Amino acid sequence: MSDISHPTRFRRASDDSPVARLILIGIALGGLGLLVAMPLLVVLSQALAEGWGAALTSLASHDARSAIRLTLLITAIAVPLNAVFGIAAAWFITKFDFRGKAFLITLIDLPFSISPVVAGLCIVLLFGANSTLGGLLVAGGYPVVFAVPGIILATVFVTFPFVARELIPVMVEQGRAEEEAALTLGASGWRVFTTVTLPNIRWALLYGTLLCTARAMGEFGAVAVVSGKIRGQTATMPITIEMLYNEYLSVAAFSMAGLLTCLALITLTLKTGLELRHADALAATRRH
Amino acid sequence: MVSRSTWIARSPMPGRGVAAGITLSMLSAVVLLPIGALIWQGVQFGPLGIWDVINRDRVWAALWLSFRLAFLAAGFNLVFGTLLAWVLVRYRFAGRRLVDAAIDLPFALPTAVAGIALTTLYAPNGFLGGLASQIGWKIAYTQWGIFLALVFVGLPFVTRTVQPVVEEIDTEVEEASATLGASRLYTMRHVILPMLTPAALTGFALSMARAVGEYGSVIFIAGNIPLKTEIAPLLIVIQLEEYNYNAAGAIGLAMLGISFVMLLAINLVQIWSRRKIGHV
Repeated sequence: MSDISHPTRFRRASDDSPVARLILIGIALGGLGLLVAMPLLVVLSQALAEGWGAALTSLASHDARSAIRLTLLITAIAVPLNAVFGIAAAWFITKFDFRGKAFLITLIDLPFSISPVVAGLCIVLLFGANSTLGGLLVAGGYPVVFAVPGIILATVFVTFPFVARELIPVMVEQGRAEEEAALTLGASGWRVFTTVTLPNIRWALLYGTLLCTARAMGEFGAVAVVSGKIRGQTATMPITIEMLYNEYLSVAAFSMAGLLTCLALITLTLKTGLELRHADALAATRRH
Repeated sequence: MVSRSTWIARSPMPGRGVAAGITLSMLSAVVLLPIGALIWQGVQFGPLGIWDVINRDRVWAALWLSFRLAFLAAGFNLVFGTLLAWVLVRYRFAGRRLVDAAIDLPFALPTAVAGIALTTLYAPNGFLGGLASQIGWKIAYTQWGIFLALVFVGLPFVTRTVQPVVEEIDTEVEEASATLGASRLYTMRHVILPMLTPAALTGFALSMARAVGEYGSVIFIAGNIPLKTEIAPLLIVIQLEEYNYNAAGAIGLAMLGISFVMLLAINLVQIWSRRKIGHV
């Protein structure tokens, strides 16, 4: 200890003892290993239990391909709808002062606190064949429930708040001064939005859209209620996983699960990258 | 103009009509109208009809199971999530960044995938389920399995609400406490934990709200035995499959009521914590 080239590192009063540190890190890693890491390994090992060939063959089957196409179609419709709503709602809420603003925000957040199954139930009750509206739509040849429009509606319902609640805090913080300056200088409303507001909110918009996409591709509960689970027609990827799993087709079920897991891991990577590089432009990294 | 300006204050900002129009029409079409249909169904069915459906052993058991296990899982996450937040902010160890990112996996991973993975892992013939069954502990197809799935889906909430609060703690406060003779454990209990409590409780409520209505990750691992491991959302699905819309609607309304109570609880916790520490 007298060697001056190795100064003793004193433990600061705010440091935990090395033993406590070791125990807490051990509990954290152990718990996450059992809850998060091992399930991921199970998905991969079960998908590849009969080799890559079997996994890829099952993904190339007719039903699997149609499920993948359907999920992509639904995501491609639901996410832009959500982004448009999110931008409009955030603009309305942050650029104008009106009565009932807090109530409006609560209503927008509502889908997060409603069970996905109840969300699906609501759509069935509104558009099902035995409701007034649903009866008219079915008679006119536009069924909603047990068809693709119902799945889209259910997906938009459960992902409804994602973009809006990401944009609102960011736009509140940025205030209105920059937009007002642009207006004073004679810019049109659309020009103000695209050249002033959009560059300020683009990372937050991307972040919200990313979370929305992940949820849209993976939604199960609400879609399970409205889809009718018709193979090749209304079975999305998560619904197909359920059907295959219940038929004890483990390799096929886990291959599709593996595909969704890869998408989830890509989402997490992009999300973490955004948080690291653009932390100051996001609401999530400050609020969460 | 005059009548409008009393509701919405005058503003030079453009796009009021378009923004308000899109917001209100989409909110109505996607969220309010469907929820209205559920409430209307309840009104038509009448309070007595609803009570008749809910007041059965099987429905009470399912509602109580969903609520109780959501509470217990959120309680577990309250402790484990706070611990995770502390470890991630205060300690430096290899792979910390990776662990930090992994906590969000339950948000990104589809619930059906989580459901079949957890079931395969914790079933009696699975890797961990096999180990547990050697000491006579059955996890999958019992209430333990449901608990596990609900812990998984609620995992990120507490950690993500507590993390920023831990980051903001001034270590001088802890040093002051140590200087005054407090042991580290005493400082933890009486100085640090009180600062974390409001955020942790917000995370607890969010985690519980999510868990009460959770369906996808639970149905695979639950076993779905009536009165024992049948959750309330599954009961709705069963009624719908039998085209029993009144019964499904009645149980759905009960769950909607629980959601509103949870939402109220979250808001109350946030108001309380804002008063206590100035932010959430």
